[in-house]
Amino acid sequence: MDFSLTDEQRLFQEAVRSFCDRELKPYAAQVDETGRLRMEAIAKMPDLGLVGLQVPEAYGGADFDSISAALAMIELGRACGSTGLSIEAHNELCCLPIVRWGTDEQKARFLPRLTSGEVLGSIALTEPDAGSDLMGTQTRATRDGDEWVINGSKAWITNASLAPVIVTLTRTDPGADTHGFSMILVETDRAGLTIAPPEKKMGTRASPAHVLTFNDVRVPRENLLGQEGRGLQQTLATLDSGRIAVGALCVGLAQAALETALHYAQERRAFGQRLADHQAIQFKLADAATQLEAARLLVLRAAWSKDRGENYTKLASMAKLFASEAVERIAFEALQIHGGYGYSREFPLERIYRDQRIMSIGEGTSEINRIVIARRLLDEHAPPV
Amino acid sequence: MHVVVVTKSTPDTEATVTVEAGGNVNWGDKLVVNPWDEYAITEAVLLKGAHGGQATILTLGGEEQQEALKHGLAIGVDQAIRIWDPALQNHDSLGYAAAVAAAIRKLGDVDLVIFGKELSDIASDQHIFQVARRLGWNMIGFVSKIESLDAGAGTIRAQRLTERGTETVTSKLPAVISVVKDINEPKYPTFIGIRKAAKAEMPVWGLGDLGLDASAVSPRTQVAGHRELPKREGTVEMIEGSPQEQAARLVEKLLEEKIL
Ligand SMILES: Cc1cc2nc3c(=O)[nH]c(=O)nc-3n(C[C@H](O)[C@H](O)[C@H](O)COP(=O)(O)OP(=O)(O)OC[C@H]3O[C@@H](n4cnc5c(N)ncnc54)[C@H](O)[C@@H]3O)c2cc1C
Repeated sequence: MDFSLTDEQRLFQEAVRSFCDRELKPYAAQVDETGRLRMEAIAKMPDLGLVGLQVPEAYGGADFDSISAALAMIELGRACGSTGLSIEAHNELCCLPIVRWGTDEQKARFLPRLTSGEVLGSIALTEPDAGSDLMGTQTRATRDGDEWVINGSKAWITNASLAPVIVTLTRTDPGADTHGFSMILVETDRAGLTIAPPEKKMGTRASPAHVLTFNDVRVPRENLLGQEGRGLQQTLATLDSGRIAVGALCVGLAQAALETALHYAQERRAFGQRLADHQAIQFKLADAATQLEAARLLVLRAAWSKDRGENYTKLASMAKLFASEAVERIAFEALQIHGGYGYSREFPLERIYRDQRIMSIGEGTSEINRIVIARRLLDEHAPPV
Repeated sequence: MHVVVVTKSTPDTEATVTVEAGGNVNWGDKLVVNPWDEYAITEAVLLKGAHGGQATILTLGGEEQQEALKHGLAIGVDQAIRIWDPALQNHDSLGYAAAVAAAIRKLGDVDLVIFGKELSDIASDQHIFQVARRLGWNMIGFVSKIESLDAGAGTIRAQRLTERGTETVTSKLPAVISVVKDINEPKYPTFIGIRKAAKAEMPVWGLGDLGLDASAVSPRTQVAGHRELPKREGTVEMIEGSPQEQAARLVEKLLEEKIL
């Protein structure tokens, strides 16, 4: 076993940290307040590979391993939850499915633009009446000659207003159970597609999430992504990878919370000593650091497993479940250590606490991830028949 | 054109520096690229981009200096060389200048040498002027802008930021310059640079490679001792009263203390 990073991974981690410290962290409060991402920072990301983490270099990406991609997400989460979430969705949920299942023609058509830093990609799975239960997807795509005609609506679609293209989960064969779904690439300038104004959210307020309506939206037949009828399976595989990235964002947010609390506890005094000298506060810090380390290891373990080509579904769910619940506790205690100031918008904890809350909901709720883990466990330990 | 940037890792600017009981300075564990050198490295890469040719990054020191070199490569410098020899263990700035100047000579075709304006740890820049002197080249300190550079004609025209304002000077090349913050916005590493840096072979040049013997770098100065800065005592006085009264009293205080 070897826990050390390669030279390349370490140099990348340091470079992303200094980028985030200069381009994102100082603006995190402003971005949250205005509800708008700092696009000029995103425009600088292609040189570092942040908007094409695992996209081949031929299409403008950096072709990093999954550990490097997770390290980048940790740094983004540490600096700015909103930017982190949008960059995560862009890389994992839009670019990766195109890299994985796109034809050469689709890759050449979409990836160079997606990795340009001028736009962010998007995926549309969730619907007003179907979230966790993807089988409930109603958005219908039917064939008409050389075109797909799409009707229905989607909800909570991150980056839709910033995207040139949306990977859209549709039902192509209502009779075919788990094999009746397909992913279709829908360009955002297609007639009949309406992107509603961004939702008003509790946290990650600058990461825009929208309701979409598809009203006889026509796209060419060649926009089918992957295999017809394999949309559900492709979606689940996409979410496996995305869960590592969400876990990594949690680690970053938790690290920011802990660092802030460590600083504050050594400055603020109560009852004649520093907060950090009260054992009750020390215990909070110790628990937070321990949970953070466990979350980090689980996230990197899942990424490592992915890089080795193993089946990492269970590990990815564990990493996302544990990290998203750990950041909730860590942010809670870090805010508690700040007392009243923790509740103030003048201090970063208030924002971190709101930003982390989505992490146990998006890309599989905690409940759904527990189901995934339990199913795998029970399969692995099924009694012999 | 061949640009050389000379760098050094210095203690993290956020580290608390202490003097231990035995007189040793504890600089903290973490090293960073000397913050001023970020501008020097960026300028070397920008000049290479604008004029073609190559950029080399040089440092003098032990293994701990590798990081600064990798940082330079990650930003876009082509090659990195470390100067080190046991005889340099306790070098002073003159010994440093002798070794660095010899390395620049060895590179051969150098047109311009760039340093960050000073070292952030010891707040000193004499080594830069000493390198120029050793090379016998012109030295332009505190450059805030390179107005023009013509490697073919062998000329440079640059703005210097002085305490009295800006001064525009010209010089023939090769020359040594030191740069200030205004010269550029430091570049970030690129993933292509990072990949190159991770794999790069970085030669180490000893005194033998530089054609020097130990006497050329033996220290002429000796450090007699280090002391902690005296602790500054601050007091806080809260001004009471209405906002108008508080403001009036604050202004009075500031005048009393000759701050206004
Ligand atoms: C900020 C934000 C960004 C998002 N971005 C995107 C995006 O880019 N693309 C996209 O497609 N979607 C996106 N979503 C949607 C997100 O993926 C869904 O909200 C999530 O999958 C849960 O679905 P739901 O909201 O419909 O909740 P439901 O599925 O209705 O679940 C409600 C509750 O019931 C629980 N539950 C459901 N089924 C079970 C079960 N079988 N057993 C036990 N408990 C169960 C859930 O865990 C949850 O607690 C985003 C959401 C948010 C808030």
